[in-house]
Amino acid sequence: MSKYKLDNTYRAIVLGGSAGSFQGITKILSSIPDNFELPVIMCLHRLKHVRNGFVEALSIKSTKPVTEPYDKEKLKRGKVYLAPSNYHLSIELGNNFALSTEDMVNNSRPSIDITLETAAYNYKRRLIGILLSGANKDGALGMKAIKERGGLTIVQDPNECMIKTMPESALEATKIDYVLKIKEIIEFLIELDKNYK
Amino acid sequence: MHNIEITDLKKLTQMVKDAYGYDFTNYAMSSFRRRVNRILELYNFTSVSNLIDKIKVQPAFVEEVVNEITVNVTEMFRDPSFWREVRDHIIPNILLNHKSINVWHAGCSSGEEVFSMAILLREMGISDKVKLIATDLDNSILNKAKKATIPIKNMELNEKNYIRFQGSASLSKYYKEQNGHAVLNPALVENVSFRKHDLVQGGIFNKFDLVLCRNVMIYFNQNLQNDVLKKLHESLFKYGYLIIGSKESLIWCEIANKFIVVNNEEKIYKKIRE
Ligand SMILES: C[S@@+](CC[C@H](N)C(=O)[O-])C[C@H]1O[C@@H](n2cnc3c(N)ncnc32)[C@H](O)[C@@H]1O
Repeated sequence: MSKYKLDNTYRAIVLGGSAGSFQGITKILSSIPDNFELPVIMCLHRLKHVRNGFVEALSIKSTKPVTEPYDKEKLKRGKVYLAPSNYHLSIELGNNFALSTEDMVNNSRPSIDITLETAAYNYKRRLIGILLSGANKDGALGMKAIKERGGLTIVQDPNECMIKTMPESALEATKIDYVLKIKEIIEFLIELDKNYK
Repeated sequence: MHNIEITDLKKLTQMVKDAYGYDFTNYAMSSFRRRVNRILELYNFTSVSNLIDKIKVQPAFVEEVVNEITVNVTEMFRDPSFWREVRDHIIPNILLNHKSINVWHAGCSSGEEVFSMAILLREMGISDKVKLIATDLDNSILNKAKKATIPIKNMELNEKNYIRFQGSASLSKYYKEQNGHAVLNPALVENVSFRKHDLVQGGIFNKFDLVLCRNVMIYFNQNLQNDVLKKLHESLFKYGYLIIGSKESLIWCEIANKFIVVNNEEKIYKKIRE
């Protein structure tokens, strides 16, 4: 019996992280099966104005290529996406991405809140949000939006986080379904994926 | 976030279009919804219908709404490697066959992109050969652009970009600090023509050798992007260049086959068919 309540109705996974999350992210990306079904949309705080390098660094460790979507690119199953530097990444009506240069939110562009909130608006209960280590509260309101629309929320166990402000802010802002270590998040994703096979 | 439904947004765009002629009906919903949410918060409206009522009774308010809905964030020398490409390849290439160049900055916002171009041209020593036209939908941001003054807090980033662009001087050579603003040397922009122009509803008003429309169409849905791209195409001379934002693409657009990719990384295209 699984300790998680899982089914195959989810349409996407959004993953946010900031300071101290890089290792966790690469562990996750190197451990999910290469035929993982759901699209994974990552919004990570990154060095400003460094356009290249990061996506390559993530791709090397990942079982699947990581790409930065273009504006209005169609979301596809099984792909791993990363919010590009200096743009906010939203999910647009019709299952497309949309980019924007709006003001920073929580001092960040891309802002995790924006990616999570627009994904929640679009996918409603069929969305899983995961928030990892980080030094500010970006992502907390996004997780709240996911919960309010019936989606599933997971944060990295603050005790495991290099910097726990981010998951703790989310825990304060809303109900979090699972508080997990990176190892367990990987277990969760692998089990989830079995529902799609 | 207020709970804003798509139907609320449709009511708003329809009303603004019918009464004032601004057409946001085909803007990308994700950012448009956030912009409307921002207006509700800024002016303490409780709902979109509140906002609609206010625009109805106070016509002047619509200009403020337009200013808030458009996203005006911009930088000087944004994507420095792109500006190097313009300086080292694109402009020299155009000059091979032309004595003078017509450039259009479509969606120029507060002018930073135009200022960058003016500086680039001056450093190339060809300012007198190039005519710059800069347009935007938003009146208040155009007025700002005409003043050519930039909040000093933005200059750190602009300087960084300029250094990565590898300009031949120091950016500080081109402005004076005054009351917390960088006031650009007026000679830089005296020949720039700033005008109001709506990419959505406006017609073709000139032909250009080079059109920059960066980070403007990301606020449009795909249908509108297609329509506007047709206009940009028509506004270009054959073999003229079109430049879009670094995260935009022509791949999905209907007239992609009328362009060739000159530089995919910097999103530089060339018109090869009428
Ligand atoms: C984010 S700014 C881009 C500034 C600059 N090109 C850059 O890349 O830094 C987008 C601009 O497009 C303008 N815009 C939006 N809709 C427009 C329309 N229908 N016609 C003309 N300009 C429009 C906005 O007012 C805003 O100033």
